[in-house]
Amino acid sequence: MADTRDIELKVNGESHAASVETRTSLGDFLRHGLGLTGTHMGCEHGVCGACTVMVDGEAVRSCLMLAVQANGHEVTTVEGLADDDGTLHPLQEAFWKHHGLQCGFCTPGMLTSLAAFLRDNPDPSEREVREAISGNICRCTGYQGIVDAALDAAKTMQGN
Amino acid sequence: MKPAPFTYHDPSTPEEAVALLAQHEDAKLLAGGQSLMPMLNMRFVVPDHVIDLNNVAGLSGVTDTGEALQIGAMTRQRDLMRDDAVRARTPIIPEALENVGHFQTRNRGTIGGSLCHLDPAAELPCLMAVYDAMLTAHGPDGAREIPFAEWPLAYMIPTLGPDELLTTIRVPYWGAGHGYGFVEFARRHGDFAIIAVAALLEVENGTIRRAAISIGGADVRPIRLTEAETALVGAAANTETFKAAAEIARGIDAMSDAYVTSAYRQRLAATLTERALVKAGERANGSA
Repeated sequence: MADTRDIELKVNGESHAASVETRTSLGDFLRHGLGLTGTHMGCEHGVCGACTVMVDGEAVRSCLMLAVQANGHEVTTVEGLADDDGTLHPLQEAFWKHHGLQCGFCTPGMLTSLAAFLRDNPDPSEREVREAISGNICRCTGYQGIVDAALDAAKTMQGN
Repeated sequence: MKPAPFTYHDPSTPEEAVALLAQHEDAKLLAGGQSLMPMLNMRFVVPDHVIDLNNVAGLSGVTDTGEALQIGAMTRQRDLMRDDAVRARTPIIPEALENVGHFQTRNRGTIGGSLCHLDPAAELPCLMAVYDAMLTAHGPDGAREIPFAEWPLAYMIPTLGPDELLTTIRVPYWGAGHGYGFVEFARRHGDFAIIAVAALLEVENGTIRRAAISIGGADVRPIRLTEAETALVGAAANTETFKAAAEIARGIDAMSDAYVTSAYRQRLAATLTERALVKAGERANGSA
């Protein structure tokens, strides 16, 4: 008999109630339970960073958290970064401008990680940006475009 | 679905958590989940019961008693780095935590989780060794205190009973103006260290009054370099002294694994001990 729990949580500002098997990871729940497939599951043991989401504003690995542990909390996924009218987040805009992605698999984790990072460090150095994404693996870009995008987004966000 | 099926428990008090441990065989405590969750996902561990500590009240936070920091076992690594008392009293802790995983994992990972997981190359056990921290565990018969020197039993096994819960870590801090240095070498930022060294120094008028050195990553438990500590006390705080003391690290028992030989670890231990001591010496008030 599967061990299930009823949970209530907010995802990208919207309230959800669901019954989840307790061994379900938060990432799998977001994708399969809520259909929010923007969060990508990569290594599923906390190394690649692709599945990063924000829980109560802090970037965490959604493969290393159980869905049941998000009960009563607020989750932001990559789908929650842009405005409701479709206006991209300054980070998304900068990733587009600086070619900060190629295949796009690591991008959701890069964006959610950097969104949390730039909130706490609005004026980072290049080294700090590289350290911030040291837990996010990208196999296409060589990181240069991503770092450029993060630094450019930081400038834009300070201007606003 | 990655982990094998288990029954999930989320107690709200330490007593409830201990009672659940006593009641259920094959139960695992889930702290920050940054080590246990990967092991569950890969089915390296397949417990029948998972007892989640994240809703247990009173297990996190830092209190300054005037001579020690009392740290709740569920205090997250990120919160330790931001805590004013930790930054003021034990600045080596935030310095070392910069090397623990990545900021996303430090947002969840806890001090108690790291000490119970007890990876030989983890930074937090190395820090607890340099401070001679005192750990408090709660079991069905109440609490007991365990000096950190007695905490590691074997490779990744702490001396914690199957029905015990680590609740508090007491870190006796050094005086204001002490010097500190944490250095490590890893292939990539955030990886476990091949060698990590924590050094603390107290210097008065150019003379070393107190010294503590701990080396992580070399053996199954952190190594206190007591011979070097003894040699340092009473000596002049200068680079020659630090170099000579660091040479003692070349003689430690060090593991070999598929990537790194024992001889390389010994060599690295000497180099990094010297760097940690130099850093601590530069930071200590009272250095010439």
